[in-house]
Amino acid sequence: MDLPQLLRSPRVLLLLVALGVLWPATQAAAQGGGGVSDAEAARCAFTKAEAIDANGGPLGPSIWGRLCQVIDGEVRYAEGAEVTVLRDGEEVGSDTTDAGGVFVVTIDGNGTFQVRLDPETLPKDFSLTDEARARLDNVRVNLGDQQVVFRLGEDSRGQRDFADYATTVAKGARLGLILAVAAVGLSLVYGVTGLTNFAHAELVTLGAIAAYVANDAGVPFWLSVPIGVAAGALFGFGNDRLLWRPLRRRRMALLSMMVVSIGLSTALRNGFQVAFGPAGKRYTASSGQTERAYGPFRLTPNDLLIIGVCVVVLVGMTLLLRKTRLGTAIRAVADNPDLAASSGIAVDRIVSVVWVLAGGLAALGGILYGLTINVKFDMGFILLLSLFAAVVLGGLGNAYGAVLGALVIGIVQETSGLFVDTAYKFVVALLVLIVVLLVRPQGILGQRERFG
Amino acid sequence: MPASDALQGVATEPGARKPDPILVADGVVRRYGGLTAVDVDHLEVPRGVITALIGPNGAGKTTFFNLLCGFDRPDEGRWTFEGERADGVRPHVLARRGMVRTFQLTKTLARMTVLDNMLLAGHDQRGERFLPSIVKPLWRSEESANRERAMDLLARFKLDRLAQDYAAGLSGGQRKLLEMARALMAEPSLVMLDEPMAGVNPALTQSLLGHVTALRDEGMSVLFVEHDMDVIMTISDWVVCMAEGRIIAEGRPADIAGNDAVIEAYLGIDHGGTASGAVR
Amino acid sequence: MSWLSIFALALQTAIGFQGASFALAASGLNLQFGYTGLSNFGHVGFLLVGAYGMAIAADRGWSIWVGFALGIAAAVALGLLLGIPTLRLRGDYLAIVTIASAEILRLVANARPSEPLTGGSRGIGGLSGTLGFFDPNFIPAGNYGIGESFVFNSRQLWSMLFTWGLVVLVTILIWALVRSPWGRVLRSIREDEDAARALGKNVVVFKLQSFVLGGLIGALAGALIALEAGSVSPTRWVATLTFALYTVVILGGAGTVLGPVVGAVVYWFILDAVDGILKNLWFDISDTTSGAIRLAMMGIGLMLLMIFRPQGILGSKKEMIAGAR
Repeated sequence: MDLPQLLRSPRVLLLLVALGVLWPATQAAAQGGGGVSDAEAARCAFTKAEAIDANGGPLGPSIWGRLCQVIDGEVRYAEGAEVTVLRDGEEVGSDTTDAGGVFVVTIDGNGTFQVRLDPETLPKDFSLTDEARARLDNVRVNLGDQQVVFRLGEDSRGQRDFADYATTVAKGARLGLILAVAAVGLSLVYGVTGLTNFAHAELVTLGAIAAYVANDAGVPFWLSVPIGVAAGALFGFGNDRLLWRPLRRRRMALLSMMVVSIGLSTALRNGFQVAFGPAGKRYTASSGQTERAYGPFRLTPNDLLIIGVCVVVLVGMTLLLRKTRLGTAIRAVADNPDLAASSGIAVDRIVSVVWVLAGGLAALGGILYGLTINVKFDMGFILLLSLFAAVVLGGLGNAYGAVLGALVIGIVQETSGLFVDTAYKFVVALLVLIVVLLVRPQGILGQRERFG
Repeated sequence: MPASDALQGVATEPGARKPDPILVADGVVRRYGGLTAVDVDHLEVPRGVITALIGPNGAGKTTFFNLLCGFDRPDEGRWTFEGERADGVRPHVLARRGMVRTFQLTKTLARMTVLDNMLLAGHDQRGERFLPSIVKPLWRSEESANRERAMDLLARFKLDRLAQDYAAGLSGGQRKLLEMARALMAEPSLVMLDEPMAGVNPALTQSLLGHVTALRDEGMSVLFVEHDMDVIMTISDWVVCMAEGRIIAEGRPADIAGNDAVIEAYLGIDHGGTASGAVR
Repeated sequence: MSWLSIFALALQTAIGFQGASFALAASGLNLQFGYTGLSNFGHVGFLLVGAYGMAIAADRGWSIWVGFALGIAAAVALGLLLGIPTLRLRGDYLAIVTIASAEILRLVANARPSEPLTGGSRGIGGLSGTLGFFDPNFIPAGNYGIGESFVFNSRQLWSMLFTWGLVVLVTILIWALVRSPWGRVLRSIREDEDAARALGKNVVVFKLQSFVLGGLIGALAGALIALEAGSVSPTRWVATLTFALYTVVILGGAGTVLGPVVGAVVYWFILDAVDGILKNLWFDISDTTSGAIRLAMMGIGLMLLMIFRPQGILGSKKEMIAGAR
């Protein structure tokens, strides 16, 4: 086996991916860790409600904030520091922080302001993370009042302990498993019908919303899950029967079907917004979650639940596809629908079953994803690109590939936050996709395409 | 017949040498997963005659055919066309060198007129280059010359009255004719036909056969994949038989008809699509 | 508000800058999707680079021509970058990669570390002042129109004139291209790219030319949208905009020269009329909800068009029946 061939072997690729993920973790362990973690820095977060409390009344037009630093693991506030606000170089007002570290500078209306913190006035032990950020030259106020943040304390980025890495990888695996559950259906539908279904995202959202509606009406969460999954399965079935099957009968071109699916996706997503409202909502089971240490991982009970459910479902799907007659029939249709039909398989029925599975699995993925974030009308759409990345990465139409691709995407997405700004984490996952297409267009587990 | 003269003295065995072959293939292998679809040691396609590529279902004929004209990539193997290397060459380059193919399931361009189908086939048109295409005077005369040639060819295939119709409106047989006419428009030296008679009614088969022999009589070489033994016996000058990916026999039609290996291959193998069905 | 004024306002949007900029952007998409059959689901990415090219030029104090040049250069680079790896592959890959890369561009433009270049989530403002887009405006200040609703001011007329002028130029260019043998090759690729290959056409090169030119036209539209608005922010360049452009192309007639123009005008007329009606019902609807209703209707409209009238307004029914076989 020469080198390029070696690189094409799925096992070697997997190994490389695994190395890429684990290497930074081992590096961190070797350095011994220490320092302030991001989680601790987040303890300094300040909300408007807290600011109103501290101000003892509603905030008028103002620029406000709180000077806070974690010192020796303890949250402390800087008292007596001076903050000045200027507009076009002319002073608008100033304030000295109170015992809670809070300052409120009244301003004369919306606009662009410059805000200065006098570092000399900071109490002992307090220091700016970045001296240059004592002067903020471009603070825009659009809605009457605006918070400004001066970061204090040693820069915590790049100083993480092993548990941080391990936890990030675990959270990546959690996301990857959710993606896998949702992506299997997308891949199966592609396999049996050739359709790249852009409305798959809305199956994900629908499941999450259906479960929320049940949960909100007083049904316990554990019972809302099967309700949501059933709704998703039914919707998947309806999708096929009322839309896609008639279009297949008309022999509509796949390109046209893709366009229909973006129409459906847009209609459903905005329909959800009208019916469900634009705000995010939470399941009853989402509250009261605290992280606990499990070995090197810091996870919540929900995280464990999600990972467990996903693993069980994915193993179940594998057994279904491998060991049952139904699974054999699905794989036969995916391989070659004409041949399957000529050997007595009822292709239309298999396609219906696949749509039911796809709808149910997407719904389950949506509900589990909803446990980690808010339930929202566009939550599926946000996942869509990661789902596609997973499916293409694994090899279009290959269900096992979809699972593998989803794990890679999930872990890459989460761990990339350790190296680049978290704002870029989606970008990294999508870049991985594009690079894979360049190097190995058929995906990790896909077969080389046949022409003619 | 001059065509047969060229094949005089050629041995009737797999991989036989010919005096002036147009295409020579060596060690061509194509595997799908664990399955070897094509494994051809040596093949020379003779010039100026009609060569039939036959074999039972799943023998690897179409796969081999696709490999030769660049539509699929082999795992191993080399071949030359007109003495120049042809493996690893992209299909459109081979087409320009004179190796023009048709498809088993006709690929007429449905939402284009019959005439546009024809005009597309002209090589190296100035009007197909991005910037010159904007200025009509640069390509007007070339276009009208092509149009004339296309109409002549359409007349020969009795399609001239349909020139302005969408190709989708043609019957199955007319599409086969159009595809052949279009291939000729590309001025090939080797015409490769993938099951040209499949799904065509008997009356039209005769006409198609006439067109194929006419190609040879005009000096072109023809390689075609075919199932129907009658067709093969009627028009081919040379027959190559494949089974399970290998070439098992070569010879004149009369030699092949009595060849034990061929008879065994045709009768001994289950027709359920042993190889192609398991592919992918 | 009366029915007449609702329709007058809708007409104003349709023949105004909105209609013109959509016609321009959709012309690029029509070349790619309508003529070549390329599933570019990230057209908004091209608009984005065109808009940001202009905004960055303004931010640095460069001229409007540098702005156009930046946008066009970025669009060509983007087209090559996405096209070279994916145009060899099946159409699905192009669809996924284009939609993904458009999203990448938006997220990168939005991200805090990109602030020095793109202004992050706040974007870049003050374009019209710096670039002098309205400086050559020879139309005297004042309002022009009929009645109270159908009125354009001189700035609106200037941006309309400029953009419709560009639409005319681009439409003539596309007409000249698609009637030529070059256009014939594009259509053959749309119908069956293997057939084109078998006839000696270097399919990937033709696809790449169509993809890049279409993207470049999209970038021009993006640049004009930035100029007209006077500012650029990342929230505008979402996938929904691409989908709206698909609706425009199919509504007008994919693969017809005037389809995008007719499609854009009709699209905005319907959309704005619906908006006017929603806002004048006997109960109040929030802007967010009416926006969502409009988009939901657009999605349903796109589906119904694709299923029941894929030839759109201008396409030939006969040709579509031919395609369905």
